[in-house]
Amino acid sequence: MDTEQRLAAGMRAAQDGDAAAYRALLAACVPVIAAAARRQGLPPDEVDDVVQETLLTVHRARRTWDPARPFLPWLRAIAQRRTVDALRRQGRRPRESHDPIAYEAHADDGPLPGDGLERRDDRRRLVAAMAALPERQREAVEHLGLAERSLDEAAALTGRSKGALKVNLHRALKALRAALTRDGSGADV
Amino acid sequence: MSEISRHAPLLDALADDLAPVRPLASPLLRALAWFAALAGLALVLLVAAADIGALRQRMAAPDALAAALGAGATALAAACAACLSGVPGRSRWWALLPLPPAILWLGASGVGCLDASPSSVAPDGTGGCAAIILGLSLPLSLLAIVMLRRTCPLRPTLTACLGGLAAAAGAAALLALVHPHAATAADLAVHVVAVALVVAANFAAGGRVLGRAIASAIVLRSPAGRRSMPGAQSGAKAK
Repeated sequence: MDTEQRLAAGMRAAQDGDAAAYRALLAACVPVIAAAARRQGLPPDEVDDVVQETLLTVHRARRTWDPARPFLPWLRAIAQRRTVDALRRQGRRPRESHDPIAYEAHADDGPLPGDGLERRDDRRRLVAAMAALPERQREAVEHLGLAERSLDEAAALTGRSKGALKVNLHRALKALRAALTRDGSGADV
Repeated sequence: MSEISRHAPLLDALADDLAPVRPLASPLLRALAWFAALAGLALVLLVAAADIGALRQRMAAPDALAAALGAGATALAAACAACLSGVPGRSRWWALLPLPPAILWLGASGVGCLDASPSSVAPDGTGGCAAIILGLSLPLSLLAIVMLRRTCPLRPTLTACLGGLAAAAGAAALLALVHPHAATAADLAVHVVAVALVVAANFAAGGRVLGRAIASAIVLRSPAGRRSMPGAQSGAKAK
């Protein structure tokens, strides 16, 4: 017995009130409906909704199926319509711009041509300012600022107290800010 | 979770709600039933209001007879098309079924206008004709909508428009029975406007009614006995 005959027999039984046959019929309809929805370009996450709406419509409209006619075209017509409804609700349209100068007026998010040179200069000034710091202060910046270690970890690694590390970090940042501002870079420290 | 098992709660709810149904009669039979109501109305009009002698005289003109028959055929064809559009899987091209008789109806009416003498028109005749078309269209439209609500119109506005065209054409055919004179160009224009109004009213109101009928949420009795929306508790989204 092919799918059409099996489903038509199930629907005939359903119209007579056979609940078990009806449940089996609806279960067999699910892949048919899902395939029809996917064929029309419905996104996968919307397919389940269309399956449900189609099953509800099948339930309400089951008296409109004529047992003398094939079942699958009847089912597919409902599934396709519910898919169209879902696509309309979703408002799916090809993404396109109707503004003729939209592309020309849109700012480029990428780096400007001189950005690389400026970044290299900043890095060079920062390295020079770091080298000028006293040993304890440089140590505090390296562990707490650059390596992002906790005070406990930094204290264990350097053998200094947490209070001393905090004081040294504060002084280092103040010295770096002064050095870089004096240097004219204005970079955040 | 498999595709079918995701919908298991909904399948159970629908199966529990199942009641035996009798398949609808064929669209042609249902359209004929509606047309029988129209014929009954025509009989009442003939007995109550028509001047049989004058009617016979008017229908002696081939264009008047063709226009009346065309209007009646348009009504029947539009009713058939409306019933067909309420059955999923039927071709949408059936919606064009009323076109040939409508061409006959409007064409014969147009030819009749060329022959009619404007002097024979009563001053308030056209307004009365419009009122008759609108007044008769109302019960015919309501009857059509009641019949079509039992179907599954996947394109509710198209179905409602076809139902409206059937009602308006039926009303125009009834008008031909009691029309006091041969139709003039002004009559034809008023008839067309009245028919358009009826179709537009059906488009606006009927489409909404039919659309709501098919889209209405179905409240079912769940296995646990509480009333619930199967779509809301099916768990299809719970992946």
